[in-house]
Amino acid sequence: MRETLAGTRALVRLGVRRDRWLLSLWILGFALMAGTSASAGAGLFPDLPSRIEAARTINATASMVALFGRIYDPTSLGALSLIKYTAFMTAALAALMVFVTIRHTRADEESGRLELLSGGRVGRNASLAAALVISFGASLLVGLLTAAALAGGGLPAAGSLAFGLGWATTGMAFSAVAGVTAQLTTSARAATGLGIIVIATTYVLRAVGDLAEPGTSVLSWLSPIGWNQQIRAYAGDQWWVLILPLALCAVLIPAAFILRARRDLGAGLREERPGPASGALSGVWGLAVRLQDRALAAWAVAFVIFGVVIGSLEGNVSQFLTSPNAQDLIRKLGGAQALADAFLAAEIAILGVIAAAYGLSAANHLRSEETAGHTEALLGTATTRTRWATSHYGAALAGVAILMLLGGLSIGVGAALALHDGSQIGRVTLASLAQIPAAWVITSTVLTVFGWVPRLTGALWGLLAVFVALGEFGVLWNAPQWLMDLSPFQHSPLLPVDSGGVVSLVALTVAAAALAALGFLGWSRRDLTA
Amino acid sequence: MTGVVKRFGPVTALDGLDLTVAEGEVHGFLGPNGAGKSTTLRLLLGMLRSDGGSLRVLGLDPWGNVATLHRRLAYVPGDVALWPNLTGGEVIDLLGRLQGGQDRARRDVLLKEFDLDPTKRSRAYSKGNRQKVALIAALATDAEVFLLDEPTSGLDPLMEDTFRRCVRELRDQGRTVLLSSHILSEAEALSDRVSIIRAGRVVESGPLEQLRHLTRTSVTADVTAVPQGLELLPGVHDVVVAGHRVSAQVEPSGLAPLMQALTAAGLMALTSQPPTLEDLFLRHYGSAMDEGPAGAASSGGGQTDHA
Repeated sequence: MRETLAGTRALVRLGVRRDRWLLSLWILGFALMAGTSASAGAGLFPDLPSRIEAARTINATASMVALFGRIYDPTSLGALSLIKYTAFMTAALAALMVFVTIRHTRADEESGRLELLSGGRVGRNASLAAALVISFGASLLVGLLTAAALAGGGLPAAGSLAFGLGWATTGMAFSAVAGVTAQLTTSARAATGLGIIVIATTYVLRAVGDLAEPGTSVLSWLSPIGWNQQIRAYAGDQWWVLILPLALCAVLIPAAFILRARRDLGAGLREERPGPASGALSGVWGLAVRLQDRALAAWAVAFVIFGVVIGSLEGNVSQFLTSPNAQDLIRKLGGAQALADAFLAAEIAILGVIAAAYGLSAANHLRSEETAGHTEALLGTATTRTRWATSHYGAALAGVAILMLLGGLSIGVGAALALHDGSQIGRVTLASLAQIPAAWVITSTVLTVFGWVPRLTGALWGLLAVFVALGEFGVLWNAPQWLMDLSPFQHSPLLPVDSGGVVSLVALTVAAAALAALGFLGWSRRDLTA
Repeated sequence: MTGVVKRFGPVTALDGLDLTVAEGEVHGFLGPNGAGKSTTLRLLLGMLRSDGGSLRVLGLDPWGNVATLHRRLAYVPGDVALWPNLTGGEVIDLLGRLQGGQDRARRDVLLKEFDLDPTKRSRAYSKGNRQKVALIAALATDAEVFLLDEPTSGLDPLMEDTFRRCVRELRDQGRTVLLSSHILSEAEALSDRVSIIRAGRVVESGPLEQLRHLTRTSVTADVTAVPQGLELLPGVHDVVVAGHRVSAQVEPSGLAPLMQALTAAGLMALTSQPPTLEDLFLRHYGSAMDEGPAGAASSGGGQTDHA
């Protein structure tokens, strides 16, 4: 044991040094966001009857239950204020922990940095152990800070601690999941993708489980995100549930170390097979598509599943749209202005944000290809800078459009089946396509930043997080209108798309084009960096 | 290139660099690590923008004419990075196509000569094999100018031989090669002319013979009886005698007299080592190899500029 773990302490210090800003910002961001929502909730739902109404409406609305989960105590202010945090933001936290863990395991291994370190007194298991120490530490820190922020926001201390520990243990569980996926694939990108697929699957499991009568479905109990909901913070505080994510860690961590022990440095589970001796890649476009197509395919599958599930809940949703409480609640929870199709519109908007995240990650190939030294090889040929940058940027834009088309069609088909109304497909798809320009604006910011301050392209994830937070919680937080208006998603027309929306669609597209033009200008003037 | 300056923030990487490569020659571009060799090549490729001076490649400014120029030149980066999930063959074909066409038959010949398996994924290649991928991609094109940045790093001696044969072929076909290296003997073996760069400036430039005066061969010989007065021979320096073994540093002009003296003394064994760039720098520029470019401005001595 001592042999294989040698050097873990040094690697932890290295990792903390590398991530000190990134991790601190994300940890603080999660804690502050939860804390602010807690204090805002008290203002929005000042008395008991208003809370009970709101909780009943949420519990009775299938798409709300599917997206966010149930409220187990309608009188609880905490459970109501944190409805978007118990499952939805927990999944985001889980994704953060997957990123952190992969970053310090497979990513270092793929880049060869770990090989450099392994020449020193660094044991075979040290990198995995160090990554887990870092992500566990980050999870605990998020949990404790969040608990403090919630209690500081005026919520009961016990429930706040339960909620914080729920986040901490869920973060740990998904760190352990990433510890395993990091052993399976040779590429960090694929290992992260596998981790995200696990998160998405557990999310869907609990969504289906939550839709059944409370406490009757075993599916919620099969999902670590479901466990986090079943802790029922502020609604009974079931402390014993905290054992479940810890037990999962106790299974997954040894499994990860066993897998690590059975493979060589740099290897995955599968043997590499020989590939084609000559290539059909037509040029930079072929290359860009080749580098992005697998990720796009995975995202497309997720969009289709999400779409069909969400769309088929439409029949259930419609019954509640007439209730004034429902309308009031939708307004308070932010998002949809048009009440007629409010839920569907809110979900299409979420799809648009996720597509923007895809656009961000795909366009980030610009930077990752440059830092990897691949761009240098390509620009050494007759390829111009503009042509090369256009290929990755264009492929990212196309990917966003494909995802929104597939997502819209899937929701439409789901809704058409649920409502026995074929006309749904067209209008829902149209509404989905209307989210594309806003996602393009986000995608284009990558090119802008890449052209002028390439080191900061990663920081755009933070910008996206701010926009999402403003959209989700801006109303709760009483954010000034001009700040909310900075977010492109704020300007996307919602269902039903009418002629008024065309103006903002054109404006958003022009904004995206301007950002891109600015980026091309910077890129054509700056040095290639490595 | 005349008086080219390139700064990276506070660091001056190139400090008034002059370099002329004639058409049809193989030009060795020598310098220690960090001297500015790769920066110079990237400037010539239009990947970096100069902060001063003028540079022309085939009569054109590389910053503004990338697409036109690169159709006529081929580049092998110093640090070859490939896409981990593409095979070597795919990368060679991709780069060839982007170059504006490659000679298919030549590509296959090169694959055989360099003994590279094109079906392997790039992530499985060693450093030397990655180097081969970039070399083959460049050599299979019919570019007029080849910019090669330390092209033999990672290659085994057999492959170095193959590479040298390829460069000679290029020269015979009248193509221009700029070959950066930190190994003096490699440049000697291939180049018509050599430029030596140190701390962002070219300190020597000319035909190899002209640079001979800079070089000393290290000679070690075992003789039956060590003759007296070896250190008095012209061009022989640092004579050290240990029993029957003599070692000395010898200028080219001192080799003949020394050999005669040693042969007369009953020569039994002889090793000679070609002069290294390290020796050259230590002796002629009075500073260690690893001095960074930032130190250039203050340490000035011994620099001669060639327009």
